[in-house]
Amino acid sequence: MPDTLPNLPQTVPPMAEPQPFEPRIVAFFCNWCTYLAADLAGTSRLKYAPNVRVVRVMCSGRVDPQFVLNAFAQGADGVLIGGCHPGDCHYQEGNYKALRRYRLLKRMLVEMGIEEQRIRLEWISASEAERFRWVMNDMVEHVRALGPLHLKPAAAEAFAEEVTV
Amino acid sequence: MAEKPKVAFYWCASCGGCEETVVDLAEAVLDVVAAVDIVFWPVALDFKRKDVAAMPDGSILATFINGAIRSTEQEEMAHLLRRKSKLLLAFGSCSHLGGIPGLANLFDRESILQDVYRDSPSTVNQEGVLPLRHHKDNGHSVELPGLYETVRTLCQVVDVDYYIPGCPPTPRILRTALQTLLGGELPAKGAVLAPDSALCEECPRKDSKPDNLSLAAFKRPHQVMIDEEKCLLAQGLLCMGPATRGGCEAPCVQGNMPCTGCCGPTSRVKDQGAKILSSLASLVESKDEADIDAALATIPDPVGSFYRYSLPSSLLRRKKLGNLSNSGTQTR
Repeated sequence: MPDTLPNLPQTVPPMAEPQPFEPRIVAFFCNWCTYLAADLAGTSRLKYAPNVRVVRVMCSGRVDPQFVLNAFAQGADGVLIGGCHPGDCHYQEGNYKALRRYRLLKRMLVEMGIEEQRIRLEWISASEAERFRWVMNDMVEHVRALGPLHLKPAAAEAFAEEVTV
Repeated sequence: MAEKPKVAFYWCASCGGCEETVVDLAEAVLDVVAAVDIVFWPVALDFKRKDVAAMPDGSILATFINGAIRSTEQEEMAHLLRRKSKLLLAFGSCSHLGGIPGLANLFDRESILQDVYRDSPSTVNQEGVLPLRHHKDNGHSVELPGLYETVRTLCQVVDVDYYIPGCPPTPRILRTALQTLLGGELPAKGAVLAPDSALCEECPRKDSKPDNLSLAAFKRPHQVMIDEEKCLLAQGLLCMGPATRGGCEAPCVQGNMPCTGCCGPTSRVKDQGAKILSSLASLVESKDEADIDAALATIPDPVGSFYRYSLPSSLLRRKKLGNLSNSGTQTR
């Protein structure tokens, strides 16, 4: 047992990564636009990175910041929110509410040590399958470059590590 | 005479304000003393750890622990008292949610020790001595508790039966909680012993809260002459009321200061900070990204404001270790 606390390693040891890192991205897509763009990309047989897990919501304004934090806490490496272009919200203002929350949430995530590229809000309309594909690939590449976030093991196992001070 | 139920109080990482609440019961504290035997209360009575260790397991009816858990000693005491008690209560914000000490989760242990023992302007420590866990002097050896990297809530360390919220819990919250416990009919395990509705519900300024509120900027209390009647949010003040559990009777609002969120979220909300972020950000008037950013920049410290009492119990629990340099929150 070491004598002084501060000389101990301060970071959680990295988990073994047997396979090359594949980012896990959780996406919240608006039912009226981005979700349909995803549909269109599929029926158009566009190929894009398979790293995104989609949750359909009725509006980007429905995305509670808790959803985003929970996704990160449960092991997501990135979170993508897709909504209607400004002015096009099916519920008039939901996408503006999403934008305001997103701007503040992003600041807060950076303060919590989560890189800002891990969260992204994109406006993608129902007809923009090509743009949808580009956003998917671009997001995955950005997050791949950042590497894994490793929040989940940090939560529980780090405590056990620390106990051996 | 029938034996009175036994009750214990203990403190971990906290300021002592929760102990003050017990005293603030005023005359009612006599009723408490008449109804129970206080078998352990380090702040007021001279019992030692060994006295607790000698008690049969489960012999204490209820133990009230205030304070977050951030040292090996606190963890050990939490486990010991859990074993000796039928009911374990997290008493006050620190133990319930992490509290003010929980904001240490924005830093790592090394920078905290560096700041407190070396860099702080009021520290005189020319040799730069840092706390040691083991020390030998003159043939005697002493052992000190270790400090954890991460501050935890009580329920992240041991099983907790009930929570009493507040920083500190108001005497009324404590009195009601004690009546509930002594009354026989116990609430469901895990309950927070306070009303399960937002503070706005019981706020004396409730009627002046507009149905549709939009703001161009947020204000801090020192930047504005605060109207004593009008809803504080409507005045642009960052009031945590909408995302905070009531039951305290809004003493801060009655003192003309916004709620800072000490009673934590209601049972429907997991992450108090995310919820108030959601609520406040959507109040911003503008639809233009640059204007939105300018309006939100009037909230200078989002984590410290939204998670003032609840960082360790939040979904993220702490700032990510290893990424401690890339942020606005720096050590001195």
